[in-house]
Amino acid sequence: MTFSRQIEIAREAGKRTHHFHGGLRLRHNKKISCQVPVERPPLPDLLAVPLLQHAGDIAGSLVHAGDQVLKGQQIGHCQPCAAIHSPVSGRVEAIENRPISHPSGQPGPCVVIRPDGREQWVELKPIKDWRTASSDSLIAQMQDCGLAGLGGAVFPTHAKALDGRDRQIHTLILNGAECEPYISCDEMLMREQPDKIILGARILRRALGAERVVIAIEDQMGAVQAALTHAADCTDCTNVSVVKVPMIYPEGGERQLIQVLTGLEVPAGGRPTDLGMVCQNVATAAAVADAVAEGKPLIDRYITVTGNGISQPRNFQALFGTRFSHLVESCGGYTDDVARLVVGGPMMGYPVSTDGNPVVKASNCILALTTQDIAEPQPEMPCIRCGECARVCPVTLLPQQLHLQIKSGLWDAVEEYGLAACIECGCCDFVCPSHIPLVEWFRYGKDEQRNRVLESKASELARKRFEDREARLLRIKQERAEKMTRRKQMLKDKAAQQDRIRASIDRAKHKGPGNSDRQTSGKPDDT
Amino acid sequence: MLIAVLIITLLGIVFGLGLGWAAIRFRVKSDPVVERIDALLPQTQCGQCGYPGCRPYAEAISKEEADINQCPPGGDAGIRALADLLGREPKPLNPENGEEKPKTVVLIDESRCIGCTLCIQACPVDAIVGAAKLMHTVIASECTGCDLCLPPCPVDCIDIIEVETGILRWRRPRPRAGLDLVIVQ
Repeated sequence: MTFSRQIEIAREAGKRTHHFHGGLRLRHNKKISCQVPVERPPLPDLLAVPLLQHAGDIAGSLVHAGDQVLKGQQIGHCQPCAAIHSPVSGRVEAIENRPISHPSGQPGPCVVIRPDGREQWVELKPIKDWRTASSDSLIAQMQDCGLAGLGGAVFPTHAKALDGRDRQIHTLILNGAECEPYISCDEMLMREQPDKIILGARILRRALGAERVVIAIEDQMGAVQAALTHAADCTDCTNVSVVKVPMIYPEGGERQLIQVLTGLEVPAGGRPTDLGMVCQNVATAAAVADAVAEGKPLIDRYITVTGNGISQPRNFQALFGTRFSHLVESCGGYTDDVARLVVGGPMMGYPVSTDGNPVVKASNCILALTTQDIAEPQPEMPCIRCGECARVCPVTLLPQQLHLQIKSGLWDAVEEYGLAACIECGCCDFVCPSHIPLVEWFRYGKDEQRNRVLESKASELARKRFEDREARLLRIKQERAEKMTRRKQMLKDKAAQQDRIRASIDRAKHKGPGNSDRQTSGKPDDT
Repeated sequence: MLIAVLIITLLGIVFGLGLGWAAIRFRVKSDPVVERIDALLPQTQCGQCGYPGCRPYAEAISKEEADINQCPPGGDAGIRALADLLGREPKPLNPENGEEKPKTVVLIDESRCIGCTLCIQACPVDAIVGAAKLMHTVIASECTGCDLCLPPCPVDCIDIIEVETGILRWRRPRPRAGLDLVIVQ
């Protein structure tokens, strides 16, 4: 497809409704946490900021136990992942392993900070003239401020922006379609800080060299559209449009959202940049506005604390490192029949064993479920090949086939059937009448596949090193044998030896001492 | 009759020459089966199979001199893959060759190392660096865990350690198999 055709389609975004394959209409349960305005919880007495916040490496700590830190001071460094900053001013108590939200349930390294309550900021370096600043300086600012996608995947924003800048981008899509039930942090942000989101969108648009901005929101988000449209009504805001999309799960996935807006499919293994688009979460755009216009690094985020297990569900603007328990206390504590704590939404989140885990860049929701909410664990039955999972799969995979292939270890077939394209949305799990934990199998399968690639690389390396060593040993052996035969030859040939001795004496006379007699040493060639 | 015999003989000679030429012209230098067997072996080069490395073992399997159940690092999965490739029945690992263990690497206690270079000579993948009378060390990322450096060490300064599985290398466990269907009559 030509670039101009792509632009044409993007311009039409939202005017016609498109659909992605499958998906589910779920009860959204968002209203319960949207009743009160967003506030900051009281300052906790201890914060544990994890050094591992997204896929990739663990960030190196830039501070030591006992150091004084200022609010916004960089404490974690990692290339190419996002930098980590201190959310408060205070004293570093320790750098140690603590419980963090990780699917493994293992603890991870955290910088533990005791706030001094002074809230003293580090010197901020905003880019006031961002309208004329270069794309590079804007992207560098995003990197310095530790920005990462706040929709949940926590992909470093500067990396996405760099990828976009190097390609031809016509449209920036802001994702406000928060399709998972219960989560309402993006909706509250759009209601309360529409100006900041529009400002961030304009900065991102400049950094990417894009022409248009499309902000996608869900059709159920009443007041949001008016707020955003009003904020977008400025002289500098041309080509910014707010588009409503029907609420079908998992529309908040960037590929699904692009398909709904434009009818175009992002190719498997490709990225939205292949279609000339970049997709960012609305919260990321707000963070960009903070980072560039005010110089503030990313140290807090909107987070929904909700579910029937919470007394007064609501949204908070919480500092990273705040313990979940602190947030729950701040909204009235648990109800009596609370049974399970989930990080993320009910579809893609995972249960955690403790509420001592800290808020991180990825934390969009803490969901406390009661015994009534949790379906009784059903025994897993054999697959009856009903095909429901294939009908609801938003990426048109064949979950029932993949499940059997993974179970039998047919890894070539698994690859051919496109496991890598699975977005782990959980639709297949939800509809399976045999209660097969399909997503659990797919996550396991992905890990296994990744491990197989690593192992085959390692064994390839070992094979090469073994073969090289064998070749070297053989060469040395041959060289030895050759040397021996030459020596023997020389000893036999008395006359030649006499000549050689005479020749070397002559040479020594002519050139003086200190010259090596390489030619007579009988050193063999390297072959 | 005679003409028929002559024609057949002539054809036989022509085709025979053709085949003979083709056999020389299109000769396959190495046995492709050996390559494919070798690709399935774990390349630890540990010699537990009784052959000096994975490739020699692959050659022995292809000549049917060795059985397919002699590779402990490959384990059951490796034996199954070999059985699939060669169209044979999988069988349990031969206990004489050793048992399947989690992946390990070795670590030289550098304070005890005397720099004798014996382990360097024993390492099949050149994963130990050092020089005579100087400290040696293991390149952990290249070590296959074959443990061949242990016996020659005169001061016993090499330890086997399990490969670190931190939070970054964590892998999801295989989901629990579902309950078997019980038919109640």
